[in-house]
Amino acid sequence: MLKEKEVIIIGGGAAGLAAAVACQEKGIKDILIIERNAFLGGILNQCIHDGFGLEKFSTSLTGPEYAQRYIDQVKEKKIPFLLNSMVINLNSRKEILIANRTGLQHYRAKVIILAMGCRERTRGAISIPGTRPAGIYTAGVAQELINLKNYMVGRKIVILGSGDIGMIMARRLTLEGAEVILVAEKLPYSSGLPRNINQCLYDFDIPLLLSHTVVDIKGNGRISEVTLAQLGKRGGIIPKSKRKVPCDTLLLSVGLIPENELSRQAEVVLSNITGGPEVDERGQTNVPGIFACGNVLQVHDIVDNVSLEAEYITEGVIDYLQGRSQEPREFQITLGAGLRYVVPQRILTLKNTIFSFRVNQPGIKKTLVFEEDRKIIKKKLFLRVNPAEMLRVKLSSEELKDVKRLKMRLV
Amino acid sequence: MKAINKHYNVVIIGGGVVGCAIARELSRYKLNIAVLEKEADVGWGISCRNSGVIHAGFNNKPGTLMAQFCVEGNKSFAKLSQQLDVPYKKIGKLVVAKKKEEIEKLQKLMDQGKKNKVENLQVINSDKLKKMEPNVQGVAALYSPNTTITSPYLLTIALAENALGNGVKFFLNTKVTGINKDRSVFKVTTNKESFSAAYVVNSAGVYSDRISRMAGAEKYRIYPCRGEYYVLDKNASWLVDHLIYPVPHAGSGGLGVHITPTIDGNILLGPSNEYVKKKKNFSSTFKVMKMLASESRSFLPSISSGDVIRSYSGIRAKQAPSSEGGYRDFIIEESKAVDNLINLIGIESPGLTAAQPIAKKVVDIINKKEKLKINSTFTPFRKGILRFDEQDEETKKALIEKDPDYGEVICRCEKVTKKEILEAIDNPLGAKDLISIKYRSRAMMGRCQGGYCLTRIIELLREKYNINPQEVTLKGNHSPLLTGYRSDEVKIC
Repeated sequence: MLKEKEVIIIGGGAAGLAAAVACQEKGIKDILIIERNAFLGGILNQCIHDGFGLEKFSTSLTGPEYAQRYIDQVKEKKIPFLLNSMVINLNSRKEILIANRTGLQHYRAKVIILAMGCRERTRGAISIPGTRPAGIYTAGVAQELINLKNYMVGRKIVILGSGDIGMIMARRLTLEGAEVILVAEKLPYSSGLPRNINQCLYDFDIPLLLSHTVVDIKGNGRISEVTLAQLGKRGGIIPKSKRKVPCDTLLLSVGLIPENELSRQAEVVLSNITGGPEVDERGQTNVPGIFACGNVLQVHDIVDNVSLEAEYITEGVIDYLQGRSQEPREFQITLGAGLRYVVPQRILTLKNTIFSFRVNQPGIKKTLVFEEDRKIIKKKLFLRVNPAEMLRVKLSSEELKDVKRLKMRLV
Repeated sequence: MKAINKHYNVVIIGGGVVGCAIARELSRYKLNIAVLEKEADVGWGISCRNSGVIHAGFNNKPGTLMAQFCVEGNKSFAKLSQQLDVPYKKIGKLVVAKKKEEIEKLQKLMDQGKKNKVENLQVINSDKLKKMEPNVQGVAALYSPNTTITSPYLLTIALAENALGNGVKFFLNTKVTGINKDRSVFKVTTNKESFSAAYVVNSAGVYSDRISRMAGAEKYRIYPCRGEYYVLDKNASWLVDHLIYPVPHAGSGGLGVHITPTIDGNILLGPSNEYVKKKKNFSSTFKVMKMLASESRSFLPSISSGDVIRSYSGIRAKQAPSSEGGYRDFIIEESKAVDNLINLIGIESPGLTAAQPIAKKVVDIINKKEKLKINSTFTPFRKGILRFDEQDEETKKALIEKDPDYGEVICRCEKVTKKEILEAIDNPLGAKDLISIKYRSRAMMGRCQGGYCLTRIIELLREKYNINPQEVTLKGNHSPLLTGYRSDEVKIC
């Protein structure tokens, strides 16, 4: 039997919860959140450190506290949700098949909001040579084991990659009495936020070795040693720099990948750069009525931005449901020097639009320029830019009014 | 009377695919059989570290056991895998000539195949190749429709489980430390108990030379030769429909870097071919990883490095040293120095294909000396773990209704349910390492490599076996996943 819903949200983490609350506040009554875990809140549940909510709630919360603020609203507003339920199929007709302990259930929705979050890049994906012993974890898995299951993953730890979770785990493991020997980052700059470098590494005297990577792993049962090497300017290994570091654990914090397996099934077009769907100014994918927000769309740096993005795209959901459409004038946004990506990738209708983007490399006093051909539409100066930070700039509908082509670049 | 309990008619050393096939073949007769395996599960040597290909038999020199057993093994494989409930698919193989000069070699390979009685081989031109494999670049190809793929570890496990069901005893974590013979009785000592036996079958793979010496028999030497692989994401499975091989170099001890679709829908790139010093050297290397990517791109330019999800490597048990190269034929015979010791030496490719015929040959050797009595309770059938994801919707519904554990998807990438994982944990051989559960259920084999399901599986394992966190192992005794509880060292007074 096929159950019909107005809006189905896949994923009950930061993005899904915020989208659900915003949809309900905008008057949508028939919402369903589908969550594969036994609880709402997603990955926030294992992020027991604080620093969440500074933007959204002007206070510093832990991950579970931040999630609870939304969970409380979902419960107050009586928004229905399914737990322990895995979406196993999704198609472009917006039909969903869910598996849980009660059986298989078919749903169809007018709008699907993709909010599945992201997964961690693994050792296999980055091809670290060596043996394949126990004791190699992605930082998020280690975080889950420690914070949610009360297990200890190791005692002598090397961390590869200076992503935020890796640095947070460096501090966490130190506080639990483990020795975090070093954090190695293959790039000449950290891929995490500056505040985490200070609070998680420097405050605990954990060295951060830039332009370094792991080139070999030893150990048959449990990992016993890694070989560290310095990388030259072009990314090649400097042979003489190789040195052996005894350890019993290797944590990897080498990037996050938006989790779009279901999106693929629904024929949603994905961006090669973000790994998330290509969307218009309100998060709508190429499949009408399928929207995306949060880490499934683009990997965010802070959760407040996830919530904001989720709320923001629900404006598009309302427009879609009400059949409101302006004269479409679709165009792609082109990127010039200095920028890695921008979301949205295209503009469909005239609206106040937030552009989320990341830069290619760190810099100071950089100006973001929006232009149409040679005509400058807007300029914004950034005192500091950093690839680890997602930047956001808004163009008003007034500024976008007669624009038919849009190029962004950093000078 | 303890000693009597431990007397076996046959002790098989090595629980690889060949050892397990021998155990199964022998269990057709009234015999007490023991398999001794040094690892914590069967199939952890070369049997789980190869391409998973059931070869047709055109690569081997006519007149060799390799050629004969390969052809036989290919022909009887469908029946074997049906009996054992092991997945297989006859997808066919293309040996692709990249240059015109190589076409002649294709013809030679085909002629060799015909001599070995391989059926339906044909050389096809570039147009036909383009039609069969639009993404593959080449000027011609040898097409072998009978080449088949299977899951090498599931096959090994199935053979072992079937043998177990027919009365064979398996001793895991049991490493042979000595073999003595007192009159007609072997005494096999191990790191654990000792075993007495009338016959010893040496199917120890890369260590078969060591076992032969230990028994005071022939002084063989096995040269370990490593092959490294890459595993690609299932999202890349559209790239090819057939096995894609290069034209093998004369004198090379491998078949060249090939592109192998797996039975589960991944693609393998590899293997390399490199003699190494240590028989346990399963490392992947920077150099080879780079080579694998460039070699496979030479006939499949659309392969992307973003599709790589894992690497692994296996060790070939070579009789030929690197200075000689190439292949030496399998040795499957009773030792000339030690009666009733049956040596299997140099079982490398096509060992997976040949496992069943090799096993039959071992039975023949014993049968010629003893008059073996038929085991009337023998059954050739064994059931594997039902794959929820492969069932149609009605079956899925019925399964969840019967057992709600089918409704809980634990491994999201491979869509493995709690029920399947519990069955894998509760396997007949009693293997309880993470790798054992992985091979049996496919959990943790997908693109996230256990990122989502690892914690859940650890919990299920601990619950089932009532063990401490530090007792959960990846692959055997010395591979703990955890050091204990987080709060172990926190003492609150």
